[in-house]
Amino acid sequence: MTLAERTKEPLRRADPRLLVLVLVLWSFLLAFLETKDAALAGLLGSSLLYLLSGPKNVFWGLKNLLTINLFLVFVWLILPFSFSYPGSIVYRLGPLAVTREGLDLSILLSLKALAITLGAMAITGASSVFDLLAGARRLGAPEKLVALLLLMTRYTQVIGEQYHRLRQAMRVRGFNPKTNFHTLRSYANLAGLLLVRGIDRAERVQAAMLCRGYTGRFWIRTDFKFQPRDFLIIFLVLCLSCLVTVIDARLPS
Amino acid sequence: MPDFLLNLTDIVAGYPGRPPVLDGLSFALGPAELVGLVGPNGCGKTTLLGVIMGLIKPQSGVVRIFGEVRSEEKSFRPVRPQIGFVFQDANDQLFCPTVADDLAFGPLNLGASRKEADAVAQEVLKTLGLDGFGPRIAYDLSGGEKKLVALGTALALKPKLLILDEPTNFLDVEAVARLEAVLKKLNLPGVIVSHDLPFLDRMVTKRYRLTKGRLRPD
Ligand SMILES: Nc1ncnc2c1ncn2[C@@H]1O[C@H](COP(=O)(O)OP(=O)(O)OP(=O)(O)O)[C@@H](O)[C@H]1O
Ligand SMILES: [Mg+2]
Repeated sequence: MTLAERTKEPLRRADPRLLVLVLVLWSFLLAFLETKDAALAGLLGSSLLYLLSGPKNVFWGLKNLLTINLFLVFVWLILPFSFSYPGSIVYRLGPLAVTREGLDLSILLSLKALAITLGAMAITGASSVFDLLAGARRLGAPEKLVALLLLMTRYTQVIGEQYHRLRQAMRVRGFNPKTNFHTLRSYANLAGLLLVRGIDRAERVQAAMLCRGYTGRFWIRTDFKFQPRDFLIIFLVLCLSCLVTVIDARLPS
Repeated sequence: MPDFLLNLTDIVAGYPGRPPVLDGLSFALGPAELVGLVGPNGCGKTTLLGVIMGLIKPQSGVVRIFGEVRSEEKSFRPVRPQIGFVFQDANDQLFCPTVADDLAFGPLNLGASRKEADAVAQEVLKTLGLDGFGPRIAYDLSGGEKKLVALGTALALKPKLLILDEPTNFLDVEAVARLEAVLKKLNLPGVIVSHDLPFLDRMVTKRYRLTKGRLRPD
């Protein structure tokens, strides 16, 4: 590793335990913010973390961020009209009225949601899911939960692979989705098959684990090292947290 | 009675709602014996291996492993890690994030320290000619590589006995040769299921055919 590489992505190669802590603390902090300005600062903070977490394809990042936050569309469809009606009205749309309170809340919610997901993307992008889970285990997360998430991550991939293989199998036999009964039934078959195979596989994986002396304990890596450069991350995150908290307290909405 | 490693008598086993797949099957594996098992698709080879490992419960019959009757889960537990079992589908066997984790899983369960387990993993990779595969992610491997790693997870247990379900599936000529060399060097007793008759001929001394739910010499 060259010096340039080492300084370019400080979040990467950080101690996964630290990353887990940052993820939890930062998310909670953001979730409890009450002012738009603080939430905006939080979003900027998350963006900074995101940039520090490794090489990025900004287009994909933005796409993922918006996909995860698709539910915000519903927030915007409902909240501005319904919140604290009759509140101070800013705009009238026939029988519907847009209230300032509703608008404010929608903005606050959106900023917070974006900030939290972007922060989570930064952390999960900076390390592998497996290392993060191992870190969480070291911090005292329940063994069962960690094992569950580990297997889930592994087998989401396997099921995804299977889905693609089945789709290909359908396509090479000339399957061409249309809005008709045949298409619907084929998709139903596909979904059913994935489910059945999933159950089947779960059974066989359990058998494989038993064959290797599994007794309920799941072993994961524990060789974490806290490095001096991790202090930099702590410092940075503390600064960001203080900043956001101060803004939140200073400017009552 | 000679000390058979495996001894099955009058096994009847199958799946709910169907006629039994194994019907009055008997089988004995003497010490230092490596045998082949052949038969058409769906004749029950994998089912038989499941019965041996205690993964499928026979409706009747007796399973003896290392001379002792094994009937319920508890009696199979201690013997399973002594038997290196390779599944027909390697995807079922590799469930850890990385190859190294998967290889270390067995030894860790048997009480090895992390360091010891990692050493075993390295050693196994070397034996299989897969040096440097440790950090690889299991789902990025090719079909043949997965199969070899699956064999590795069995070898990492340092088994007394090998049970391999179609070990040459997906392997290229070279990998098959390497597998043969590894197995010859280990020189362990056991059962190999395969459709690759030339391979079996080179590996085993005795071949059984499974038909109509029973075994007969082939
Ligand atoms: N989980 C299951 N549930 C119901 N029936 C099953 C199940 N697994 C296998 N069978 C049936 O039991 C019979 C024996 O299957 P088995 O997998 O033992 O065959 P095999 O000899 O290993 O075949 P192959 O050479 O294709 O691997 C088959 O007819 C199969 O359809
Ligand atoms: Mg089979």
